[in-house]
Amino acid sequence: MRGRGPFWPRLAASADRRTEEARERHDKADAFRRAMMPHMDAAYNLARYLTRNPSAAEDIVQDAFLRAYRSFDTWRGEAAKSWLLTIVRNCFLNSVGGAADRMSGRPVHEIVGDLPDALIESSNPESLLADQNEAAMLRATIEQIPEPFRETLILRELEELSYKEIAAIAQVPIGTIMSRLARARQMLADLLLPHASRKARS
Amino acid sequence: MSLHPDKLPLLHGLVDGELDAANTIAIEAHLKTCADCRAELEQIQAVRDLIAAAPLREHAPESLHKRIALMVDAEAGPAPRAPAASRPAPMPGRLAWAGEGVAAHVLSGRWLSGVATGLIAASIALAVVVPQMTHTDMEDQLVQSHVRSLLVGHLVDIPTSNRHVVKPWFNGKVDFAPPVPELADQGFPLVGGRLDYIDDHEVAAIVYRRHLHVINLFVRPAHTLSLPGEVATRHEGYSLVRWTAGGLEYWAVSDVEMGDLKLFRQAYLARTQ
Repeated sequence: MRGRGPFWPRLAASADRRTEEARERHDKADAFRRAMMPHMDAAYNLARYLTRNPSAAEDIVQDAFLRAYRSFDTWRGEAAKSWLLTIVRNCFLNSVGGAADRMSGRPVHEIVGDLPDALIESSNPESLLADQNEAAMLRATIEQIPEPFRETLILRELEELSYKEIAAIAQVPIGTIMSRLARARQMLADLLLPHASRKARS
Repeated sequence: MSLHPDKLPLLHGLVDGELDAANTIAIEAHLKTCADCRAELEQIQAVRDLIAAAPLREHAPESLHKRIALMVDAEAGPAPRAPAASRPAPMPGRLAWAGEGVAAHVLSGRWLSGVATGLIAASIALAVVVPQMTHTDMEDQLVQSHVRSLLVGHLVDIPTSNRHVVKPWFNGKVDFAPPVPELADQGFPLVGGRLDYIDDHEVAAIVYRRHLHVINLFVRPAHTLSLPGEVATRHEGYSLVRWTAGGLEYWAVSDVEMGDLKLFRQAYLARTQ
């Protein structure tokens, strides 16, 4: 076995390097678990309201976590939740493909223009109220709000992010977020408040 | 509706606590004199109260928690081994054993003799052992990549059964050109292609189907030390078949029966040679 001498140290060195790499991978995995796993509910909540479909939401969140993991090196310690939700949103946009421009491309007033019809047609608050509890009714009502107003509302009211954080996630100016949020709340008021007051009177 | 649409963003900013001091003072002053805006503010507040009162936030199901935890485990790879000093050293033994094995094999074949035999046997032994030491790691990674591709709905980057689309798609993404034959008539329809990582290197993953089962075919340039030998093995319930051809190393991974996967290798080789 004269060949063993020169080769053996090289094998040992490469085994050590592999051990070192394995440790680095595990440190990364630990850091990722600590930083990102606590925000899985937020990720799912956003995906759930974006997709309006539980199993599609799960797929999006899982895809988002995989992407987040693979680009975790680019996370600079900024707000973990916003960072993750940005990826969730991108995964959703990728999953709907060509529909992406609905979220960002069209000017707000164009979308607002065709709103009332869509809302009146699809909503039937009386029947919803009759056979579902209030939370389910509210949830269904929120799901009827078109994008990009729905995501703005979810990020503000349910995830309690600041305008600045929402603007960063949606990649639009803060002013746009403010008008989207105002519009989203107006839609909800139109849908909910008359019925709420009627209920209060009866 | 407010008669002062220009004040609307300020009203929302006020309830959200997003206004600076100057704007807060300005809008509060305006509210004192404007009943419409006061009504608007009340409406905004009423909507917020409705939302806040109901449990609207959706929680990730337990099954999703588990799946993602598993996925992170898979990405993290096998656990780091104990430090080199405290680790038992299986390699010299394995080296010596393999060396003797090969030497015995070579000698029994009687096609080599003389003083060179020992030297040649030793170098062959290294060629045999080096790739084999990485097999288990390699198989781990291949099976994990296969499982991951099924879990996350990221089976393919380029979903098409047209091989003329898949093949050029790899162009420029990997620095080798994996053959993408059509095998549908052999019972292995093409599903698409994907980029994946094995051993920290980009590999091409060509995805075929066998009935309802997915076959991931990982392709990468053959390592200079790797043998042309074909491997067929089971690992964690998955079948793995390895072969090399044309300077490329192939690993087919699937949950189909080993026989089917060997059939796949045959069909693939027949179409690419």
